[in-house]
Amino acid sequence: MIVLEKREAPSRLWAWGSPVMAVLLTMVLGGLLFAALGQNPFTVIRTIFLDPLFSEFAWFYRPQILIKGAPLVLIAIGLSFGFRAGVWNIGAEGQYIVGAICGAGVALALYPMDARWLIFPTMVLAGASGGWAWAMIPALLRVRFGTNEILVSLMLVYVAEQLLAAMALGAMRNPEGMGFPGSRNLSQYPSAANLELISGSGMHWGVVAALITVIFAYVTLSRHVFGFHVRLAGQAPRAAKFAGVNPARMVLICMGLSGALAGAAGLFEVAGPAGQISIDFNVGYGFTAIIVAFLGRLHPIGIMAAGALMALTYIGGGIAQSSLGLPAAAINLLQGMLLFNLLAVDVFTTYRIRLLRKEVT
Amino acid sequence: MDLSSINPILFFASLMVAATPILLAAIGELVVERAGVLNLGVEGMMITGAVTGFIVAVATGSPWLGFIGAAIGGAILSQIFGFLTQYLLSNQVATGLALTLFGLGLSALMGQGYIGIKAPSFPDIHVPVLGDIPVIGPIVFQHDPMVYIGLLIAIAVWFFLFRSRAGLVLRAVGENHDAAHALGYNVRRTRMLAIAFGGACAGLGGAYLSLVRVPQWTEGMTAGAGWIALAIVVFASWRPGRLVLGAYLFGGVTVLQLNLQAAGVAIPVEYLSMSPYLATIAVLVIMSAGRSPGSLGRIFHAAR
Repeated sequence: MIVLEKREAPSRLWAWGSPVMAVLLTMVLGGLLFAALGQNPFTVIRTIFLDPLFSEFAWFYRPQILIKGAPLVLIAIGLSFGFRAGVWNIGAEGQYIVGAICGAGVALALYPMDARWLIFPTMVLAGASGGWAWAMIPALLRVRFGTNEILVSLMLVYVAEQLLAAMALGAMRNPEGMGFPGSRNLSQYPSAANLELISGSGMHWGVVAALITVIFAYVTLSRHVFGFHVRLAGQAPRAAKFAGVNPARMVLICMGLSGALAGAAGLFEVAGPAGQISIDFNVGYGFTAIIVAFLGRLHPIGIMAAGALMALTYIGGGIAQSSLGLPAAAINLLQGMLLFNLLAVDVFTTYRIRLLRKEVT
Repeated sequence: MDLSSINPILFFASLMVAATPILLAAIGELVVERAGVLNLGVEGMMITGAVTGFIVAVATGSPWLGFIGAAIGGAILSQIFGFLTQYLLSNQVATGLALTLFGLGLSALMGQGYIGIKAPSFPDIHVPVLGDIPVIGPIVFQHDPMVYIGLLIAIAVWFFLFRSRAGLVLRAVGENHDAAHALGYNVRRTRMLAIAFGGACAGLGGAYLSLVRVPQWTEGMTAGAGWIALAIVVFASWRPGRLVLGAYLFGGVTVLQLNLQAAGVAIPVEYLSMSPYLATIAVLVIMSAGRSPGSLGRIFHAAR
């Protein structure tokens, strides 16, 4: 009989080995899935995971890894603090949207003023504050009324999507857009544009912010007392209470931090790669970031690697869509499968397998 | 704006229809949570049910077979969650989220060739005698069969949980899994069965959307209905009677909002469309006093 036996301490080897195992397992299971769809599994896996890096057109795809990875990493870092402390912010997608709306609102209100030194920093601030404020709704409700933050933050995603549509069709619609929905293109407004810093590299201010956040998060978690409190609150809530960690404050800080980072990610996206507030502005980064956070072991460096990998699957998925005719949904399925596999493989981090012989009683 | 254009009889009749998918998904989740398992994957199971139900119904021409297919589809998907959380002892919140993401992807992939097709019709039944009562007849007794099946399931769940021995065991497992285990009850098996039931009900709820309410298949068509179902379980304090009430209340908000849109209220459609979600939040804030099952969301690892 096979039984699981709890390890005395989580295995470090498995803690870092399981994401790798999960990715490999996903390639195998994904291959089977694509075979079932009538594709050659080897071609599909190569297209998704290798072509963005090594194919003939890789010079075009490589910058995309930074562009798509930056929002994922920014959001996932914020989420990881909460997930460690047992605060479940599932509504990063909504905070991302509201951040973009607030940031773009600043730019559109000041258009066509020419003052980049003032406008762009204000936009970043407005974006982060917008995301922060949106995240404060579930945080305050949880602290004040004990409302489940998972459900409230998620409901607010749908509210934010409607707000986005209302903005794209109403208040923020481009007056020179011949009645089409969508705002002015911010990437063509020099004072507000989030431009590439080095031409052809994909490096924009959002990427810089993501890198700074990774370093900042790493230092906070490993060196600062707040990082210690976050880990303590998640692993031993009772001990945390005795150590003087205020649970309400923990909720507010973790939710606020993840909201602000998601909001900033939204702003960098709307001012750069996306360019404008439109109905289909959000593409699910807020949800994919949850996978990124777990895949990166809630550790800043891990999250950076996981963000790059997820960005790769987005790009590879796009290539597979155009060159192999693979449906876009297949990539979402692959990402969901990856999280499943990770959670499944993770059992070996805290448990080990024992074979028991039937005992004679 | 013309509020008199809202016909009260039609309003209450469509309220029952709007509430049914949420009711079905929520009653399944109620059983799952009573067994001490928090499955956040309702949305994923619902949408998978919506697409499997639609595919089966289109292929066979029978909505009934569609509903059966949807229930089976939802139950199969829920067993992935069950296996991970009960046998591999994974975190239930994270696994539930994974189930939702996976279900959304899976359904979009499965439903590719079915966009724009119309579902076979599922006629309303006119309950003899009762359906002829003025006012109440058209409101309550002239719906499609699933409206009544949903209510029957709710009654059956109440009877099972509070009037049967197996229900008592299920609640014991949910309240204190260690004690239930010590008494010799099979915690894992009980929970796996509860999870399967939850998946089947979520599947039915999803299929009701794609086969009756819309009735078409579009990607992401559940639009948060699964999450609202989760909220209604909390609102109901894990009691079937209050759950039905909650689902109808929610149905009322949805229909009122749609009616106001049709009546041409001077509020943009987008803001009206927010109302079901805002109402859900409001309800959660007001009703967060209930006590959840004791072992809800905790990992069960039998010590030996």
